Amino acid sequence: MQVTYRDRKWEFDQTMQVRALLKALDILPENVLVVRNGQLVTEDQHLRQGDEVKIVAVVSGG
Amino acid sequence: MKCRRCAQPAAYNMRQHKLALCGDHYIEWFRQQTARTLHKYRMFTPEERVLVAVSGGKDSLALWEVLLALGYQADGLYINLGIDGGCDYSAQSQAKSAAFAAAHPAARLIVVDIAATYGETVPEVARRRRKDNRPCAVCGLIKRHEMNRIAHTEGYDVLATGHNLDDEAAVLFGNVLHWQAGYLKRQAPVLPADGEGLARKVKPFCRFYERDTAAYTLLQEIDYIYDECPFSRGATSLRHKETLAQMEHRAPGTKLHFYVGFVKAKQEGLFCLDEDRSSDLHPCTQCGQPTTAPGLCAFCRLWARPGV
Repeated sequence: MQVTYRDRKWEFDQTMQVRALLKALDILPENVLVVRNGQLVTEDQHLRQGDEVKIVAVVSGG
Repeated sequence: MKCRRCAQPAAYNMRQHKLALCGDHYIEWFRQQTARTLHKYRMFTPEERVLVAVSGGKDSLALWEVLLALGYQADGLYINLGIDGGCDYSAQSQAKSAAFAAAHPAARLIVVDIAATYGETVPEVARRRRKDNRPCAVCGLIKRHEMNRIAHTEGYDVLATGHNLDDEAAVLFGNVLHWQAGYLKRQAPVLPADGEGLARKVKPFCRFYERDTAAYTLLQEIDYIYDECPFSRGATSLRHKETLAQMEHRAPGTKLHFYVGFVKAKQEGLFCLDEDRSSDLHPCTQCGQPTTAPGLCAFCRLWARPGV
């Protein structure tokens, strides 16, 4: 699966849960949303080969 | 994880509420919660005209969309600050706001261009006045003045901003760390109008996490500007947000209890001594807006250039 976050990209071969992906990338779940193939998904969902995964940062302001 | 309402797969989970919902039920819940907050804090009535301060970002556009969906008379105000930051930031954010208005026939967008109106962009006036490249304080001053000015000249009853719970909790955290008693007294979901010219200000999203408003915006496919203001990098409030996010991760609901507990404590009398500041205010000799300073207000002093 291909994962994008801000202007970075990763490729993962193995199936994993959303929460495991965020942990692997050292991203706090509180700071992002995860979109799989255009659909918002919860942390327990599985991400598989061929999925396009977009991690959306939610923190704004200054 | 399944939707609490219909048992379909959940799209969004709120650990602070122990509540997971599918997309349709989340949208319904989000609008109901907004309506409850409007009612709980007596922000405004359906008869009143609301001016929504929009930045092109997720929170303000979501707020505008929800108020329209709930049937309120809500128009938008976009203030073009003239910030480029290498990404044409103001032009991009204005385009997002204009696109939203164009897609919603009931929505009217008022645009104020600071450079066209006053002769300088916000970064330019900040450099001239403060001799640095970080215009956040000047920017806040200009936005507050212009929001108040337009609310009065265009006859709006109330000014609504998209501040969410994370914004409020970060400000509260900073004010507590430094025991800013004056700021603590003035932080609230509703800042009442004062007869001398300050518009009522309300924050209908003050009980939503930033993540909640982002989820709503995504599910409703509202197109917003993802880029942050280039001047916000390294801001203290972002560091406070990060600290609070770490605490929330370990103990869901921490941010909610921190902010809501503060608001409740204020309603019960904490931090409310000497609340009435109206006697300290008088009209600016140039623009007429209330100020505690003698003569010109801080906004008008920004543009007063000796010898020009």
